[in-house]
Amino acid sequence: MSSVEVRAANCGEAGHWGKDVRSDLHVAFESRERGGVEISLESRVAPYYGSAILEQTRQVLAGIGIKHGRVVIHDEGALPFTIGARIEAATRRGGMAAGKSWQAEAHPLPPASSKERLRRSRLYLPGSEPKYFINAALHGPDAVILDLEDSVHRSEKDAARILVRNALRAVDFGACERMVRINQLPLGLEDLAEVVGESPDLILIPKVERAEQVVEADRAIGEIKARNGNKRAVWIMPILESALGIENAFAIASASENVAALTIGLEDYTADLGVVKTTEGRESQYARARVVNAARAAGVQAIDSVFGDVGDMEGLRRWGEASRAMGFEGMGCIHPGQIRVIHEAFRPTGAEIQKAQRIVAAFEEAQSKGLAVVSLGSKMIDPPVVLRALKLVERAKAMGAIL
Amino acid sequence: MTERVEFAQNALGRTVPMMVNGRPQIPFLGVGKFQPRGRKAAPPISSSKDYPENGDKRVADLETALRKCGLRDGMVISNHHHLRDGDKVALLALEAAAKIGVKDLMWFPSASFPSQQGAIELMEKGVIHHIEGSMNGPLGDYCTQGKMRGMGVLRSHGGRYQAIQDGEVHVDIAVIAAPTADFFGNADGSHGKSACGSLGFALADSMYADRVIVVTDNLIPFPCVPWQIQGNNVDYVVEVESIGDPAKIVSGTTQITRSPDRLRIAELVASFLRAAGIMKNGFSFQAGAGGIALAFVQYLKQMMKEDGVKARFVRGGSTKFLVELLKEGLTDYILDGQTFDLDGVKSMADDPRHVATSPFTSYNYDGKGNFASLVDAVVLGATEVDVNFNANVVTHSDGRLLHGIGGWQNCLFAGCSILAVPSFRDRIPVIVDEVTTMTGPGEMIDVIVTERGIAINPRRTDLLDAVKGTKLPVRPIQEMKAEIEKICGGKPARPKLGEKACAVVKWVDGTVLDTVWQVG
Repeated sequence: MSSVEVRAANCGEAGHWGKDVRSDLHVAFESRERGGVEISLESRVAPYYGSAILEQTRQVLAGIGIKHGRVVIHDEGALPFTIGARIEAATRRGGMAAGKSWQAEAHPLPPASSKERLRRSRLYLPGSEPKYFINAALHGPDAVILDLEDSVHRSEKDAARILVRNALRAVDFGACERMVRINQLPLGLEDLAEVVGESPDLILIPKVERAEQVVEADRAIGEIKARNGNKRAVWIMPILESALGIENAFAIASASENVAALTIGLEDYTADLGVVKTTEGRESQYARARVVNAARAAGVQAIDSVFGDVGDMEGLRRWGEASRAMGFEGMGCIHPGQIRVIHEAFRPTGAEIQKAQRIVAAFEEAQSKGLAVVSLGSKMIDPPVVLRALKLVERAKAMGAIL
Repeated sequence: MTERVEFAQNALGRTVPMMVNGRPQIPFLGVGKFQPRGRKAAPPISSSKDYPENGDKRVADLETALRKCGLRDGMVISNHHHLRDGDKVALLALEAAAKIGVKDLMWFPSASFPSQQGAIELMEKGVIHHIEGSMNGPLGDYCTQGKMRGMGVLRSHGGRYQAIQDGEVHVDIAVIAAPTADFFGNADGSHGKSACGSLGFALADSMYADRVIVVTDNLIPFPCVPWQIQGNNVDYVVEVESIGDPAKIVSGTTQITRSPDRLRIAELVASFLRAAGIMKNGFSFQAGAGGIALAFVQYLKQMMKEDGVKARFVRGGSTKFLVELLKEGLTDYILDGQTFDLDGVKSMADDPRHVATSPFTSYNYDGKGNFASLVDAVVLGATEVDVNFNANVVTHSDGRLLHGIGGWQNCLFAGCSILAVPSFRDRIPVIVDEVTTMTGPGEMIDVIVTERGIAINPRRTDLLDAVKGTKLPVRPIQEMKAEIEKICGGKPARPKLGEKACAVVKWVDGTVLDTVWQVG
C-alpha cells in the first residue's frame, strides 16, 4: 500500500506497508496544537524493537521540532535510517517546513574519492527502496548510485531524497564510491540541497545537453559546501541522453574542474534518435565513440551506459569487452549479478598486462641509466606507448589483477 | 488435566520437564553421553494363519480397517509426511476415528503440514488428546498458546525412528499413504499419480506398530516393486480415490533463490568447501531444497567441473539439481530421504543409482552407526544462531513454533556442518547472544555462513587452518553479531515467554534438549 491520499493540510503520509513490503514502514502524521505526541505502532518486529521504534519516533519528532501531533506507524521491519526518513517525510507532507531534521547515527565517512578513481561498475539502487541499500556494498561494485531520477515516481521524489540523505549518513557502503543521481535541473537543485550536506562522492546529472547545466549544478554544490565549511570533493558525472547532448559532449565534459567522468544514457538517446536499442549497439556506435573522444579530450573518464538484460550474461560480457576496446573505463549495473562480469570485461588480458609490465620495466631501466630512448629488445618504444603501459599497469594494480 | 511438572537444568543449562505426557524424561546430558540399555521394542507375533492365504488384505474403507485393528480410546495413530502439504490420508484416518467415536488419541505424524489444521477441531472435540510431531502454522500456534491437552514432542527424523525402535513411543496403528501398492500391502512411493519418491518415514511404523494399514490410490496386481514397505508387515489395504493433491506433494520445479544476498551466501558456502579441501574426489555432501541450498549446489557443481572433482554420493532431499549431478557423472549415487520435485521422483523410479533411504540407514542414532556421520559436508538453515554456535530451527525468535526438526539434528553429525543463513531478516538479527529454543548444540555446528562473512567454530582449528590465507571473509562470530546489531539499531529485546511448557525438543538420543514455552 502506498500513501497518496492526504486528508488535510495538517496531515501527511509517507512510506509503504503491506504483506509484500520489507524493510520499510508507513507513517501517517497529523500535527496538533496541543496534547503532546501520541504514537500508535504496529510492527512485525514489535517483540524485539517495539520500544526502540517508539523511542526513535519521539527523538525524530523532537529533532524536527514537533511537540504535538499524532503518528500512526505500520512497520515492516525498517531499519532506523528509514524510520527517521519516513517520519520526516510524513511531517513535511503534513506542513512542517524542511530544515530541522533528526540525524541518524553517522557511519564514519570513507576516505574522499579521487578524480581518477577506478569506476568499472556502478550499481543503481532505487532511491525509494531502502531494502537494497544495506547489502549493496557486499557485492563489490566500485560505486553505488542512490537514484532519485528514473527509478523514483514523481510523487515520491520528496520522500526519496530524505531517505537517500539518511542513507548517505548512516549506511556502510564499504569501499564503494557513494554516488547520487539527481533529477534533471531545476528539480535536481532541490535534491542537491538535501543530499550534498552528507558528502556524496559524486553527483550524476541526467539529461545534460549544455555546459551551463553542469556549471549551475556545480555552483549549487559549491555553495552548499561553502556554507557547511566542507572541502571534501564532490565529483560530477554528466549523463548525455540526447543528440544535442552528444553534440556538446566536449563542452560539457570540460565545463568544470569537478567533472570526473562523462557517461551516456542509451535508452533516452536511442529514443531521441527514433531507433531501436539493440544488444549489439550499432545504432549508438557514433555517440559512444564521441563520448569517449570528448572525455579524453577533456581529461576525464569515459563511462558506458547500462546493459539492460540481467539474464543475458554472455551479451553483457560481449558488450563490456567491446566497450573497453572503444576506450570506456566502466559501465553501469542494474543488478548485482552483473558486477563480476563487468569487472572481468574491463580487466586487461594477461598478455596485455605482461606486455605493459615489460614496457614499464624497460622504461624504468632507461630512466635509471639516464637514457631518453626506451627500447625493448630490438624495438624502440614511443613515449605514448610507455604512457599507455604505465596507465594500464596502474589500473591493473587497482583492480587487483596485479598483486 | 493438570499434572505437576518437575523441571531440571540439562547439560546446556536449559530448563526441561522431567515428565512429558506421563513418561519420565532424561535431560540432555551432552553429545554422546547418554547410554541406552535394554532391548528394542517389538510388535506382537503374527501368524499367517490369521491372514488371507490368497494375499488379499483389502477392506472396504478406512473406518472398517480401523475397527478391525481394534481402535480404542487413548491409542497412538501414526501418519507420515512423504506427501507433504498434499496429504489427504492423515485427516481421512483421524476423521474415520472420530466417526467411530474414540477419544484421547495421540496423533504421531512424522511431520504435520498446514493442510492438516483440521486436527485442531479434532483436538477441540476430544478425539485427539495431543500431537507428538512437528507443528507449525495454526497447529503450532494452538500448541504454543497452551491449548493442547498434552505436551508436544518435537523429534528429528532419526529421533522419531529411535523413539519407536526403543519403545518410547508405541504405535498402536500406523496408517501409511502409498502412491502404489498391491493387495498384500507391498507399497512403493516412486510410481503412481501421487508419486512422492521414498516412503522411508513410514518404515519404522511398518515394522514396530501393532497394526499397519496401507492406503493407496493406485492398486496394482501383486507384486508391487520395489516394495519400500513390505506387505509382510501390513494388516489391511484400503483403496481410496485420492491419497493427496499431486500439486502439493512435489513441486513441478524447485526454484533457486534470485536474491543477490542469498546467492552470495550460497557461493560463499561452495567456495568454503573448495578452499577447505572438503570438495575433493570421492567426497559427499547434503543440501536441502531451500533457495540457498539449491543455489549452493549450482555453484558447487561449477567448481567441481572446474577442478575435475566427482562426488561418491550426495544425500537428498533430491531435486532436479541433484539429478543433474547424477546424470552428468558428477556423483555416483543419490541417497535420497525425500524427494522434492518431479525430476527427483522420476529419477528415483528410473535410475538404480538414485536410492530411496530411510531414517534407519541415514539418521537413527540408536543403531550400529548411520550414514549421517559419513557425509563430508552438510548445508542447513536456521532461524537463530548464538555466539556459542548453538542454533534454533523450531521456533521463531518470539517463541512461536515455526518448523519441525526434520533431519536437521541428525545431519549435524556430518564431517562439516554448515548453517547458511542471512545475518538478519527484516530487522531481526539471526546471530544472537542466546537462541530462543535450543535445537542443535554448538559443539555440533562448525561453520556459519552469512552474506557478511563466514564464522568458523573455534573448536574446528582444522577448518580455521585449512582456509587461512584464502580470500574468504572469515570473521569471528562476535564481530559479525556486533555489526548486525549496529545495523539493526541495537540488541533485540528478548521475547516474553510464559511459564507453561507446551512442547519439548528432543535430542537424537531421546534426551530432552529444550522446552518450548507458552507464548504471550
